[in-house]
Amino acid sequence: MRYAILCYNSEAVVNAWSKAKDDAVMADHMISMEKLSAQGKLGPVARLMPTTTATTLRAGREPVVIDGPFAETKEQLLGFYIVDCESLEEAHEVARKFLHETGALEIRPVRFFHGSEPG
Amino acid sequence: MTDLAWLDAALTAARPQAIGALLRYFRDLDVAEEAFQEASLRALKRWPVNGPPRDPAAWLILVGRNFAVDEARRRNKQEPLPADELISNLDDAETPLAERLDSSEYRDDVLRLLFICCHPDLPATQQIALAMRMVCGLSVKEIARAFLVSESAMEQRITRAKRRVAAADVPFETPGAPERAERLAAVAAMIYLLFNEGYSASGGSAHVRTPLCEEAIRLSRLLLRLFIGDSEVMGLTALLLLQHARTPARLDAEGNIVLLEDQDRSLWNRELIAEGHTLVEKAIRLRRPGPYQIQAAIAAVHAHATRPQDTDWEEIDQLYAVLEALQPSPVITLNRAVAVSKLRGPEAALAVIEPLAPQLDGYFHFFGLKGGLLMQLGRNDEARAAFDRAIALANTATEAAHIRMHLDRLQGQSSI
Repeated sequence: MRYAILCYNSEAVVNAWSKAKDDAVMADHMISMEKLSAQGKLGPVARLMPTTTATTLRAGREPVVIDGPFAETKEQLLGFYIVDCESLEEAHEVARKFLHETGALEIRPVRFFHGSEPG
Repeated sequence: MTDLAWLDAALTAARPQAIGALLRYFRDLDVAEEAFQEASLRALKRWPVNGPPRDPAAWLILVGRNFAVDEARRRNKQEPLPADELISNLDDAETPLAERLDSSEYRDDVLRLLFICCHPDLPATQQIALAMRMVCGLSVKEIARAFLVSESAMEQRITRAKRRVAAADVPFETPGAPERAERLAAVAAMIYLLFNEGYSASGGSAHVRTPLCEEAIRLSRLLLRLFIGDSEVMGLTALLLLQHARTPARLDAEGNIVLLEDQDRSLWNRELIAEGHTLVEKAIRLRRPGPYQIQAAIAAVHAHATRPQDTDWEEIDQLYAVLEALQPSPVITLNRAVAVSKLRGPEAALAVIEPLAPQLDGYFHFFGLKGGLLMQLGRNDEARAAFDRAIALANTATEAAHIRMHLDRLQGQSSI
């Protein structure tokens, strides 16, 4: 079984980390990633940019673009894509194809990416 | 890194919200600050043992508030105090605080705090000092060091700012829309000044003071989280990120200034550039151009070029033209002249800056650019005169050293 591990923390706290602390956290993650990778257990890893960079596409008769992250608590995270696009505009175009009658898609740039195929 | 680095970060992160809420209760900067400090001290004792609370800000507000109320009661026994007014907001103390800290209240508290620090009665230097103390939580000593003044002078500056705010009878109600827009502009301007203070120090030996830039970026991101759809706040944040991304390449090993076109671009921070770039894209989508957005767009064009010769000067020239129309200023025209020199040569650029002479008579960069253009045209005597004037106007030793390098080059040419 493949599992997604979703990381949550207070953005204000993470932004308040010193560079040394941030580097230490990343180094720590890298050690675990290397171990998992050697065991063939690691899939793609991404660290996202701050929520201030996010835009959200909200479904409707005319889908609307909202500045900011997905903020509702009535809906749950059901899945995600990682796509490589030239611009934010292109990312929005791509995302529109995944939009259904209801729900929303948050488009957030990726800050750090490590790609590999598990198993 | 110590084990308690997380605690420091948690306190720093909770600070704007906690001080903002305490200010709402007690309506006094000193009381709010003292209450927060006491709560932080208790957090330093408790959190490492019990682990951090789920909502650190709510914990700090509750503990700080109780402390301040006890203090007021204690003092009340000795001297009569308007106790009712002081604790007017505490009637429903039983309501679990965390539940009441919904996002809109949080937003208003932090905004109020930022607005108070940028009160129009305060001169810019006091606004910055007060924000760094109250919002960022830097010690007076740290702020004094950053601004190269004595600790007692900085203490005085902050005390004076607090006194002015108290005397100004600041309205504690949430401001209406027009007033909010006006104050938002004041907060953005304060953050921009703070960043510039770090980016191009106005005095002393250090030419770049990174901590000031980092605090400015932190404040700008905080402001953006509060105004997530505001294109100018996006622009401001993008501008700071894109400028700051170049910091590792701006000085060489000896501490000399390296001009944009000579910088080792592999040293630029690509993560910050990518974040800044996204914010520019987001802002442009909204089609509400403003000075910060345009400056950010210019910085993004520079960041996009992997080699100096790839720079899209046409685009930069056009962006400066928009900026000039939006916010006419001789400094902007001066910057545009650099793009003009790349596109149409030094003669054309000189023609652009000549009319600025009366207004920029005391501006270092005017004479630096003028000297550079004259040098390109082989008008060495005039170039020398301009560089001499620039040295006399230099703000830091680094700036002076940079111009002296040009003079040495001229010297070398004339002796051949």
